[in-house]
Amino acid sequence: MLLVAENVTFGYPDKPVLHDVSLAVRRGEIISLLGPNGSGKTTLLKTLLGFHRIEKGRVLFEGRSISSLDLKSLARSIAYVPQIHRASFAYRVVDVVLMGRIPHKSFFSRYTDEDMDIALATLDKLSILHLKERPYTRISGGERQLTLIARAMTQGAHTFIMDEPANGLDYGNQIKLLEGLMDLCDEGYTFIKSTHFPDHALWVADRVVMLKEGRIIADGAPDDVITSENLFALYGREVDVHSLRESFKVCIPRKIGKCRCAPSKRDKKYDNV
Amino acid sequence: MSVKMNFRIPFLIFLLVCTALLSLTLGKYEVTLNEIVRFFAASAGMDTMDGDRYALLRNILLDIRLPRIVAAGLIGAALSVSGAAFQSMFINPLVSPALLGVLAGASFGAALGMIVSDSWFVVQSCAFVCGFAAVLVAVGIARLYQGDRLLMLILGGIISGALFTSLLSIVKYLADPYNQLPAIVYWLMGGLSLADAGTVYPASLPIGAGILCLLLFSRYLNILSMGDDEAKSLGINVGRIRMILIFFATLISALTVVIGGLIGWVGLIIPHVARMLVGPDNRVLMPTAALIGAVYLIAVDDVSRLLFSVEVPLGIVTSLMGIPFFVLVLKNARKGWA
Repeated sequence: MLLVAENVTFGYPDKPVLHDVSLAVRRGEIISLLGPNGSGKTTLLKTLLGFHRIEKGRVLFEGRSISSLDLKSLARSIAYVPQIHRASFAYRVVDVVLMGRIPHKSFFSRYTDEDMDIALATLDKLSILHLKERPYTRISGGERQLTLIARAMTQGAHTFIMDEPANGLDYGNQIKLLEGLMDLCDEGYTFIKSTHFPDHALWVADRVVMLKEGRIIADGAPDDVITSENLFALYGREVDVHSLRESFKVCIPRKIGKCRCAPSKRDKKYDNV
Repeated sequence: MSVKMNFRIPFLIFLLVCTALLSLTLGKYEVTLNEIVRFFAASAGMDTMDGDRYALLRNILLDIRLPRIVAAGLIGAALSVSGAAFQSMFINPLVSPALLGVLAGASFGAALGMIVSDSWFVVQSCAFVCGFAAVLVAVGIARLYQGDRLLMLILGGIISGALFTSLLSIVKYLADPYNQLPAIVYWLMGGLSLADAGTVYPASLPIGAGILCLLLFSRYLNILSMGDDEAKSLGINVGRIRMILIFFATLISALTVVIGGLIGWVGLIIPHVARMLVGPDNRVLMPTAALIGAVYLIAVDDVSRLLFSVEVPLGIVTSLMGIPFFVLVLKNARKGWA
């Protein structure tokens, strides 16, 4: 097991955010974390990164307690890709990516040409080399997300923890991101990402973990876990999960689906539901 | 970046040396640049000079003008560097070195020193100690509660600054209105007329060391400016590095008050000027800000001592020159502090 959370309870004393959460991540998996707003997704991700001092339970990385590991060596293995945010300072894209080399540096050693080569190679790999001189504040949300992924790769990390990477991206960039994750997963990278789109989980995840009010209510293969019942339990909306082909599913909200499937009654909008 | 660094930093160093030399010639007693060069040559034993003339020049240049120029340069550099460091560290281009209350604390300390003692050394020590105390109060308040570290520190700084400003008012109210109160008020306007060799040279060592230490952390400032979570995930011990940076910024800021009283705006504006010139990368920005700050304050101090027949307090001149400048800088706010 690569990364394991065992019976983790964390949060405010009177109001725990995570209750007795257990999760085991295997190398090379894409895990999608689904859950409504405030269900504890971000908290769980940050716990897996070792950011929180947890009260009960433990988090193990490659068999060792994450809190006992040196921050720098941990950074060479696990990278965090935050939600896209408005950056304050207009660093060049390549300088942001170069920051990924810091866990490989001692206090006095400077970035070398070799570090720069690694940063440029990563940008090239993600097909955003043309952005290298651009200010990080003036590229699109999708490009910024790719820059952060490039920085995570420059860190030398093989495990990526991503907080809603598709958030704020346009449709094309969302697809581009998912395709990118699939490619990197084939190369052996591990992804743990939260998402608000069950479809994304059906499309590219190897495993889906559902979190509600700080508890895991389902954990398994996307096709087994993303069901009408579970989606209703999570989000309180009726959603049908349709099979397009044997192995490919999509989610369609029931009320909307019914209206759209009965065009003759479209005039009497919604009253047949 | 490397290209910019290659010619801008040496150019600024050259500019600093020129400004300092030119400032040595300026003053009531006329000394030409040529004579200054000959004086330094003579003191190095490479030239000869008339004994009386040498002693006179020695007094004017080394005892009166040089300490003042060194003081202005160091204060400008110190405030600019700590301002740039705070702006990156707090991910906010509008903060200044005063953020955590160090200037309010040091002002209170100086005022307190003035009413309890006639000794200049006591005044300076009080300023230094209270500057640190104010930052400790801010950090202490921030540690009381959980929550966003940066926000808590900023709020702690606001509270601490307000506390020490009130304490300063109490001291002013209690001060003897004929002797002590004017002394306090003039001191708070900021100025280098009291910057003598005895104060400046001992203080220059810790200030210089503090500036160098902050410069060493430039790369880490870039990473801190991405936010705590990102910095942590890059393997940085955020809490510890931030405390080290706050310590050095406080050290040098408090010492600027010890030497020259309250000198506003430099720590806010110069980092912006530097950012406009070389971009936000702290590895280049920090040394650039230090050099521009030094040049700027030396020049402003020349203006403050020469423009009118009486000396105008330096703090007033920096504010008056800084405010219109800041309005110009605002133009950049729209463009994201490029």
